[in-house]
Amino acid sequence: MPVEPTPARRPRRETVTGVPRSARRPPGHAPARSEISEQTTLGHTYVRSLMRSQLRAALYALATLALLVGALPLLFTLPPALGHGTAQPFVWAALGVAAYPVIWLVARWYVRRAERNERDFTGLVEGR
Amino acid sequence: MNQTYAVAAVTAVVLATVLIGALGLRISRTTSDFYVASRTVGPGLNAAAISGEYLSAASFLGIAGLVLLQGPDMLWYPVGYTAGYLVLLVLVAAPLRRSGAYTLSDFAEARLESPEARRLASLFVVGIGWLYLLPQLQGAGLTLEILTGAPEWVGGLVVAVVVTGAVAAGGMRSITFVQAFQYWLKLTALLVPALFLVTAWWGDDAPRARFDAPAVFREHTTVTMDDTVRVDVDAPLTLTVSGRVDSTAYEGDRVALAEGGHLVEAGTTLGFPAGARVPERAANGDDPLGWSQPLADGSDGHQLYATYGLILATFLGTMGLPHVAVRFYTSPDGRTARRTTLVVLGLVGAFYLLPPVYGALGRIYAPELTLTGAADAAVLVLPDRVVGGTAGELLGALLAGGAFAAFLSTASGLTMSVAGVLSQDVLPSRGVRHFRLATVLAMAVPLAVSLVATNVPVADAVGLAFAVSASSFCPLLVLGIWWRRLTPPGAMAGLVAGGGAALTAVMATRAGLAPEGWPHTLMAWPALWSVPLGFLTMVAVSLATPRRVPAGTPAILARLHLPEDLVGRPRPGQPEGAGR
Repeated sequence: MPVEPTPARRPRRETVTGVPRSARRPPGHAPARSEISEQTTLGHTYVRSLMRSQLRAALYALATLALLVGALPLLFTLPPALGHGTAQPFVWAALGVAAYPVIWLVARWYVRRAERNERDFTGLVEGR
Repeated sequence: MNQTYAVAAVTAVVLATVLIGALGLRISRTTSDFYVASRTVGPGLNAAAISGEYLSAASFLGIAGLVLLQGPDMLWYPVGYTAGYLVLLVLVAAPLRRSGAYTLSDFAEARLESPEARRLASLFVVGIGWLYLLPQLQGAGLTLEILTGAPEWVGGLVVAVVVTGAVAAGGMRSITFVQAFQYWLKLTALLVPALFLVTAWWGDDAPRARFDAPAVFREHTTVTMDDTVRVDVDAPLTLTVSGRVDSTAYEGDRVALAEGGHLVEAGTTLGFPAGARVPERAANGDDPLGWSQPLADGSDGHQLYATYGLILATFLGTMGLPHVAVRFYTSPDGRTARRTTLVVLGLVGAFYLLPPVYGALGRIYAPELTLTGAADAAVLVLPDRVVGGTAGELLGALLAGGAFAAFLSTASGLTMSVAGVLSQDVLPSRGVRHFRLATVLAMAVPLAVSLVATNVPVADAVGLAFAVSASSFCPLLVLGIWWRRLTPPGAMAGLVAGGGAALTAVMATRAGLAPEGWPHTLMAWPALWSVPLGFLTMVAVSLATPRRVPAGTPAILARLHLPEDLVGRPRPGQPEGAGR
C-alpha cells in the first residue's frame, strides 16, 4: 500500500519530509480508486477480484438451487421405481410449500454475501 | 354464477386502475418520471409493483387449472416462475441496474457498442413482448365470456383500452402505483375465498383429492359440452343424454356407454349419476385447453425430459422477459435492485401457496372441468360450487376482479416495455408524445392478432415466450455481464441461433410438423437444447472474432460490478441509454 495521508485532525504536527504521494491526487480519491477510474492494469485487477468474488457467490447460490430444487424431478421418480407406491404426498409438500422458503433463504444468503463482498471491496479500495 | 356481482367487481377493478393511474399522472411531471419513475422507487413499493406485474393470468387461473387436470407435477410452473427470480437475482439484478440502460436493447448497445446488436435485441424484445401480450388479451376474453356471456373479443378489447390509456397517460410512475395495488388485490382475491373454501371443505369431512385415478362425480351432475370432443370411457357408464353421442340423437334418454372412445357433439348435455368416474377428454392437438396443457404424454423418460425442459425455460427465461428487465431501472442503485428482488421472491412465493389449493379442491368439487376442458375456470366457479349462496357469489366476484387485475397488470407492464423499445428504436424522435403513439402501436398489434386468430393456444404462447427468452436474452445477459471476451458478432449469432431455434421448434410443433415420439417431445420443450445452443454459439463466434471485442469492455464491466459510491459518477435524471 502507498503511504497513508496524515490524519486531518492533527494538522499541526505534520513533519514534511517530501511531497506526500497522496498530495498529487485529487482530494477524496484513494490511490486504488484512481487506479480503477484511470483504468490502469492494477485497476483492472481490482475489478476482476470483485467480479470473481461476486461470481463465486452467484455460483454457490445456483449450485444450492440445482441441488435442492433441480434434483427433485429425479427424486420424485424414485418411489415408483423402487416399488414403494406413489411420490404424490412428497410432491405436494415439496413443490406446493417447501420450495418457496428454500428459494427465499438462498436468495437472502446471496444478498448478504454480495453486499459483504462489496463492503470488503470498498474498504480495500478506500484503504480503510 | 351471478353476473351482476361479477360485472360489478370487474368494473370496480378497471375503475380503480384508471383512478390510481390518474393519481400517478398528477405527480408524474418529467420525462424521467414517465419512463422510469425517476429511479426513486423504494424496495417495498417497487417489489409489490414487480410482483403485481409478474403474476399474470397464467398464475392466477392457469396453475389451478393445470393442477386440476394433471395433478401436483404441474406445480413446477409456479416453482419455476419463482426460481427464475432467484437466478435473475444472483446473475443479473445489480449489474443490470448499474448498466444504466433502460431496455434490454439499451443493455446490448451499451455493452457491445454496436447499433446492429441493439436492433436485433429490440426485435427480440418486441417479439417476446407480443408473444406474452397475446395470451393476456385472449385470457381476458375467455374470462369475461365465462363470467358474463359477453362475446370473446370484448374482454381483450376492455383490457387493451384500459391499459393503453393508463400507460399512455401516466407512464412508469403511475403504472408503479397501479401494479403495486394490483399485487395486493390479487393476493386478497385468492386468499379470502381460499379460507372460506378450506373451511367448507373441512366441514365436509375433508375428502381427499385423488390424482392417480380419474376424478369422480360427488353428486348428480349435468354437463353441457361446448365443442365436439372424443371422450374415453374406462368402465361401462350409464348416463342421461340430450343431444348427439356417436352420431345418434337422444332426448333426455338413459344411455349405456360401453368402455372405449365415444364422440360427443357440441351442444350435447350429459347427466352423470353420483359416483360415476369422469370420462377422460381425449388428447387432441388442435384443442385449446387454455393454460392447461399437459407436459407430455407417453413414457416416464419423456415426462422427465419435459419437466427439465420446463425447469430450464422458467429458471433462465425470467431474466429476459422485457417487462421484468425494465423494472430494474426504476431502483435507485444496484444494492436496492438486489434487495427489491429479495422482497419480490417473498411476495411471489407467498402468492403461489394459494393456486394449488384451488387446483386440489377443483379436482374434488368441479371434476367435470376435466371433461369440458374449461379447467382455467376452476378458480372462478369453486366458491359457487363449494360455499354457495350469496357468500359464494360475492367470493366468486372477488376472484373475477382479481383475475381481471392479473390481465391488466401484466398487460400494462408488457405494453410499457414494448412501447419503450418502439419509441426509442422505431419511431423517429423521442419525447412523451411519441411514447404515447408507441403505446398505441404496442397494444394494437397483439389486439389485432387476438381478434383475427381466436384459436392460438395460450399455454403455447406463454411457454414459448419463456423458452425464447431463455435461449436468447439469458446468454446475452449472463455472458455480457460476466465474460470479457464477448463480441458483437458472437452476441448476435447467439441470439439468432438460440432464440431462433427455440421459436422455430415450438412453431413447427404447433403446426404439426414434428414426428411422434422423441422428436415431438424435443421440439415441444426446446429449452434443454436451445439454451446450450445459444450459449455455445455466442462463445464460439466470440472466440473466433477476438478483434471485435469492444474497446470499452473493461470500463463497462467495471461500471456493472462496482458499487455506485465507488464510481462516484453523477446519477443522471434521464435514462442514460435513451440518449441516442
